[in-house]
This record gives sequence, C-alpha cells and structure tokens, in this order.
Amino acid sequence: MSTVRDWAAPNPVTENRSGLIGKPVDRYEGRLKVTGTAAYAYEVETPAPPLYGHIVSSTLAKGRITAIDTSAAAAAPGVVLAWSHLNVPAQAARGTRLNPRSQRASNPALESDRVEHYGQSVVFILADTPENARAAGGLVRITYAAEDADLDFLSSLDLAGPAPGEEDARVGDFEAGYSASEVTVDDTWFSPLQNHAQMEPCATTAWWEGDKVVVHTSIQMVKGGQHALAETLGIPSDRVRLFTRYIGGGFGGKGQAYDDLTLAALAARESGRPVRVAYTRQQMFQATIHRPAVQMRVRLGADRSGRLNAMALEAVTHCARNAPFVEHAASFARNLYAAPHRLTGHRLVLLDIPHAGAMRAPGEAPGMLSLECAMDELAEKLGLDPIELRIRNEPEVDPDNAKPFSVRQLVRCMQEGAQQFGWSRRHPTPGAVRDGRWYVGMGMATAIRGNFLLPAKAGLRLTGDGLATLTQGMTDIGTGTYTILAQITGETLGLPLDQVRVELGDSDMPPAPGSGGQFGAATAGSAAYETAMVMRRRLSELAAGDPRSPLYGEDPTLMDFANGNIVLGNRSESLAALASRAGPEGVYVEGGISPAADARDWSQHTYGAQFAEVGVDSVTGEVRLRRMFGVFAAGRILNAKLAKSQITGGMIWGVGAALTESNPVDPRFGSFLHQDLGGYLAPVHADIVNLDAVLLDEADDKANPMGIKGVGELGICGAGAAIANAVYNACGVRLRDYPLTPDKVLAALEAKGL
Amino acid sequence: MTTIRVNGVDHAVDVDPRTSLLDLLRERLDLKGTKKGCDHGQCGACTVLVNGVRINACLSLAVMHDGDEVLTVEGLASGEVLHPVQQAFLTEDAFQCGYCTPGQICSAVGLLAEVAAGQPSEATADLDGPVTLTDAEIRERMSGNICRCSAYPQILAAVRRAAGAAA
Ligand code: FES
Ligand code: FES
Repeated sequence: MSTVRDWAAPNPVTENRSGLIGKPVDRYEGRLKVTGTAAYAYEVETPAPPLYGHIVSSTLAKGRITAIDTSAAAAAPGVVLAWSHLNVPAQAARGTRLNPRSQRASNPALESDRVEHYGQSVVFILADTPENARAAGGLVRITYAAEDADLDFLSSLDLAGPAPGEEDARVGDFEAGYSASEVTVDDTWFSPLQNHAQMEPCATTAWWEGDKVVVHTSIQMVKGGQHALAETLGIPSDRVRLFTRYIGGGFGGKGQAYDDLTLAALAARESGRPVRVAYTRQQMFQATIHRPAVQMRVRLGADRSGRLNAMALEAVTHCARNAPFVEHAASFARNLYAAPHRLTGHRLVLLDIPHAGAMRAPGEAPGMLSLECAMDELAEKLGLDPIELRIRNEPEVDPDNAKPFSVRQLVRCMQEGAQQFGWSRRHPTPGAVRDGRWYVGMGMATAIRGNFLLPAKAGLRLTGDGLATLTQGMTDIGTGTYTILAQITGETLGLPLDQVRVELGDSDMPPAPGSGGQFGAATAGSAAYETAMVMRRRLSELAAGDPRSPLYGEDPTLMDFANGNIVLGNRSESLAALASRAGPEGVYVEGGISPAADARDWSQHTYGAQFAEVGVDSVTGEVRLRRMFGVFAAGRILNAKLAKSQITGGMIWGVGAALTESNPVDPRFGSFLHQDLGGYLAPVHADIVNLDAVLLDEADDKANPMGIKGVGELGICGAGAAIANAVYNACGVRLRDYPLTPDKVLAALEAKGL
Repeated sequence: MTTIRVNGVDHAVDVDPRTSLLDLLRERLDLKGTKKGCDHGQCGACTVLVNGVRINACLSLAVMHDGDEVLTVEGLASGEVLHPVQQAFLTEDAFQCGYCTPGQICSAVGLLAEVAAGQPSEATADLDGPVTLTDAEIRERMSGNICRCSAYPQILAAVRRAAGAAA
C-alpha cells in the first residue's frame, strides 16, 4: 500500500509539461451534446423495435392493496402485459445477496400488496406504443386499505430517535462551556424537503441476448446498478451488462437503481423484445429519493473577543421507515471552527413518505444554512465584521481530531473574496441601503466540503494508429469526467488530446465507484493517471527489449514521453510505431488507485467563501439576487472551464435552497405538494444575475498523486447562507425558515413595522 | 395522414391522435435529440422551431402540424460545421449533463430571430422601438428553459457570443 509520501514526488501531471492539466478545453463529448446525438438511456438504438413500459403509482401512503383489477388494461389496444404484485415474475426477496462481493442487495418491484409510500410502483403496463401503455394505465382499478401513517415531519418531532449506530460527538463539556460564555446565540433553523429535479427523468432501455441482459440506464454508479439488477433477477452479475454513457443530471438522486431498471429487464425477458421504460416527471418526485427536511438548533457561546468557547449543532431529520438514511447536517461543523466545548449530533424521525437520500452535498447543504447564519448573528452581537469573527475562530489543526490540515486556504478565500466582491462597501447596519423600493444588502458565508479517494481501476489501450483509449466503468453526469480523463491520459503519455479517446459507463470495463460525494474526479482521475503510468512503464520496457526500436538496450526507467513519442536523449520513436509492432490489438494495460495507508492522518477538505448581494422588495417581500461571487480552494484544477461550471452550478443550487426550493408533504395523502417543475421552483435563468467564481491555485499532495480534489458539491455549501445573511443586512429581517419566500419576508417586514 | 417537413425532409405519417409532436419526433422519426424533461410544457427541454417559431413540442399534438416545417437540434449544423449557437454553447461550456441543451439551443435560435424581428418581451423597456439584446432580455427570454445543472451564466455568455457572430 502506498503512502502519501509516494505521491509527493514530481510526476507527469504535476510537472504538466505540455500544459494539458488545468487547460480550459471544451467538453470532450460536447459536440455530441450540442448536436443532440449523445444517446441517453431511453434513446439508445435497440436491436429490434422496442415495446414501451408505463408504471402506475400508488395514491396511498401506507396500507395494503386489497383488490387490483388489471383486466381492462390488459385487454386495451396494444397492451402486451399488465403486471401487479399478483402476477409479476419471480424476483429475489428484498435484501438478498447471491453474488459474492455484490455491492447491492436485491430490490424487487411490485413486490407485495404492501404500500409503504405515496408514489410507489403498483402496476406495470407494457404496450406497443407509449400512448397505448399510458392509456391502459388509466384503466387499472385499485382498492386500498389505508393504515395510520406518520407523514408530517414537524408534527412528529417527538418521535425523533437517535440515528442508528451513531452517537453524538462531544468534545469538552458543552453545557458548562456554553453557560460560562459571555455572548451566546441559541436559535433553530428549518431547511425543507427538496428534490433533485434532474432534467432527465430516470429511464432504462433493456433487451436480452440469450441468458444475458443488456441495460442502458440513467445511473451514477455502474457497479451498484449492475449488482442490484443481478441480485433482483437472481442471476450472476456477469449476466448483467449495464451501460450508462450519458446521464441527464444526477446530483445524488441517481446513485441507485429504481423500478424502471428492474421492470424493463423483466419485461424484456417476458416479451422477448427490447423495452423502454421512463419515469414521468411526476413520478420522479415520489418514486426517487429526496433531500429530507432538517430542523437544526445551533448554540454558540463566545468570549467578548469573539473566540468561540462552545458550539452545538443538533439536527433532527427524517427518512422512510424502511429505508434508513441520515442527512448528516451537523457533521461539517466539527471540522470548521475551533471551540473547546463542542456537541454535534443527529436525531431521526421515521416517516411513511418516499425515501430520503443523498442530494448534492448531503449534510453540508442544509447544515451550513444554519451555522453560517448563526455566526453572523454572533458577529452582530459582538460588533464584529462577519469575516473577522470567522478568522478569529480559524483553527490551527482540525478541531475535531487535532490532525494537521493537508492544506486549508479558507482565510485566503474569505480575504480574496472580500476584496474582489467589494465587501468593504457593505454597510454593517441592517436596512441602511435603499434603492428605490428595494432594500439592498450584502452577506457572506464560508464553504467546506470533505475530500475523498476511493479505490478505482482503469484500462488503457494504445493502438498502432497512435490512439490511446482509456476505458473505465465510471460515469459522467455532466461533471466533466470524459474531459478530465482525456487530459490526464494525454498529459501523462505526452499525447495531444486528439489522440486520446475515453470510453465510460460500461460494466464490462475496469470498475470505478461512479459519481457522488464529489469523489469522482479525484478517484477516477487518479486511476487513469496510475494506469497511464503503467502504460509508460510497459512501453519503456517494450522499447528497451525490442531490437527494432531505436531505444533498444537502453534503461527503461530513464525514458520519457513527449509529443506522441517515447524519448531518451536524442533518440526517439513514436508510440504508434511501438504499439503497431506489439500486434493488431496494440498494447493494453490496467492500473488502479487505492487510498494511501496514511491519507487519513491529515484533515482533507475543500473550502470556499461565498458572497451575495440581494435586493428585498419593500412592497412585495420578494428577494432578488443582485450579484454573487465565490472564491474556492479545491486542489489542483484539471480544467479551469469545466471546474468553474461545476462550482457556479452549485452556487445556483444555493440560490434555490435559499429562495425558492421546498416541497411540503401533504399531510392528508403523504404526497408531495409539488409534483412538477411548475410547482417545484428550481432557479430559472432570470433568477440568476452576475454570478461568478474563482478557484485559487492549490495542490493537495496528501489527496492523491495529482493533488486534485472534487468541486462538484463545494459550490452549494454556504451559498444559501450568504444570501440569507444578505437579506438580513438588507432589511434587518432574520428568517430561519427556508426558503425565504415573499410571504415570509413580507410578514416579517410588517412585524417590524416596515 | 399527416405530412410534416422535419429538418428539410418530408414525412407522411399515420399518427395516433394522442401523439405529441415530441413523441412523433422521438419515437416515430427517430430524432431523439429533442428531449423530454417534463412532458408538461414546464422545462423547455423539448423546444423546437415550427415554421421558425420556438414551441414546446410536448405541448403540441403531432396531427396539428400537417403541412408544417419543423427544425430540431439535429437540423441546425451544416455537415461538420456547427450552427453559431451550437458552437457558442460548446465554447462557453453552456451545459453540463447536456439534457436541457438541445432545447436551450433551439430556444436561443428562436430568441435571436424574435429580437431581430423587434418582438418585445417582459424585459423590454420600449415596446415600440427596436429591441436591444441586453442581458436582462436574454435572461427573460431564456427562462422557459430550465437547466438544473445551472449553466445559466455560461448560457448567457453563449447567447451573447452567438448574437455577436450573427451580427
Ligand atoms: S418536455 Fe416539453 S417543456 Fe418539458
Ligand atoms: S446541462 Fe444539465 S440540465 Fe442543463
């Protein structure tokens, strides 16, 4: 096992001699996406004309199906089959694991007469056209016996219990420290249930080739999807070939397989035809996961100079009764500010609503909406600038575990951000700046998000035409994976980008963990780098051992790679020539990355500072973003253009979280109030003005051989809090109930007599 | 029989009266570049140009388009040469997952034509004068196309770049 010390030596990526690393090249698959020729899961060509599936969802939250009549649906025009729990083909019982080393358990669809949440799949129709399938779905008659259900989070708080297997994290004596503090803040925030609302609904196209099923599905994790389907069908994993080449947004919501995958595979087997199944937009809300609501109590105690003495973050959140998930909304605070007395923990309410799960920056995204506002409240009580307060609580070592930071540029992010944003123009008194009917204010917040490296592999083939093709069972959910892997491979092998190909999203390829937790770039990228290094060694040895090579007999460890050649002194040979002599298949190698044995001896995070200026309409209470700016530090940046797109995309998610996004549960039915994009308000173009970000120069040599880290989730962290702080600065209204919609703002303004 | 010209090719199709223009394109004519994000006219992923005007293809029945001329994302480039709006989206990185992108691009093509024709929007100050392509105009006119990846700043830059190229 390697150690971080092995990673510190200069290497082709860190030396970056041809300058491909960091270069803002266009997206590798961009041409396919702008011409509409990138085939997403529902759109792949099938070996024969497909049939179309349609899922009927339950309109009950909890109970039993007492009667189900699919006879009219089955007899409707074009219908091939109509399944309910009564006649769906056999699947492995839920939770079964048959295959050794399977990463997932079986997940059967239409499993029984039990209904566990509104929107659960209850009937599946297969027909010759989408119109016939959908129309037949409307002919199904279902009778339910309802049971008492816990549906409303805020009225069920007394049901909250400890998160399973977790204990509160305590350092020092919080209660004593808090009561001894000269200045305190004690407030409770609410962050609502939110939906991913990826633009591409979950979809699968499936067909069988003998006893092997081929599925194209929209999923972030290749192996997870392959294993889940194999377990559900009760077949060996190698009889499931899963492709996921282009994914229309994931954000954590496609980290797992859903019923579209299972039902498409089953229906294709039953009908002998290719099958396409997609969720409707309405089904996306309740048949996939969501970010649960979080109620967070924050207590801060400080001395007069602003040094934190005590800090507590206590989160209550929820998940589905039979699908455990904890939104770790308090955990980030453990690594953010120094304080001798600390308490952080999570309580969980089990509800009978759709499944909670990971959504972009799970934990930090809702959690930072509270602490980063509480810090501003504390700053105001102390008469300190919010940035100054944060700097005074900047720790020397990780306050959670006393580990040294690999690199931490949080203060620099705040200071550079303040300067570029014009923070000095902020008026410290709320309500002091008016622009016509608008109150205008500025706010800031910090951002922190962990950095992770997981084990991953990759394959690399060099062919006689001089092309290097990197293959990996990895995904690109819009994150730029194709592009950065091409850059890493090209730089490491000394090849120009037009000689590098990248193929992803195939379960037959060497495995990588997929896209999630902002670990994708570092994990998949490091595997690609290591594999390219294996290729360098292999090619060097080939050249040294081949009498036809100009480098024959030389020391392979001294050979270098540049401009498509392998080079030693003034002798060189093209990689194409070397590969073509190796045979018609060229040269193929595999390689991989594992976390260093001592990597966790350092505290590793990505950091940032968010700045926002808003206007609050004194007449309507509407909050409008006026400008937003962020400075971030996230290791070496592989592609300046794509990394910035990731970061600003995250910031815009923060705007949504602060101002518009929320999906209340209807306590009568257990359904979500918003089941479409007209009701669930993700930011639209006109909501976003003058928003920009910069990434600081950084290399984290404890992270991986390239010193890179993830950027996919950092941008959302703290973004909403900066806006809420700006709202307070604008008009003196401190709302702790997100999102800050006009009704709440207006009521608060009126309560203040404004 | 519905006769429809798509990207310059004539099609005569016997189409289910329930079929949307979007499903006609995707399922019958194998033009899957136009995306289905909501099927309810709420996201813009299905935007195409019908007789030069942008519409949501999911909100329109195929049989209503007898004799119409439809332009989809597949019909914009000339061979290997991208349409200026497509090229601008690529250059500005005006997308991530790419699923909203065909709709954004068709919408931007429609927008530039509307502005050139002097059609005002909610963001237009002077309803009688020529329309100036301000950032506010672009944002307003592109707000029917949701991008959950939130590439809005880059989309704005791309539309600006394409407008400059067209001018
Ligand atoms: S699919 Fe037509 S507007 Fe969303
Ligand atoms: S690029 Fe993903 S939704 Fe716009």
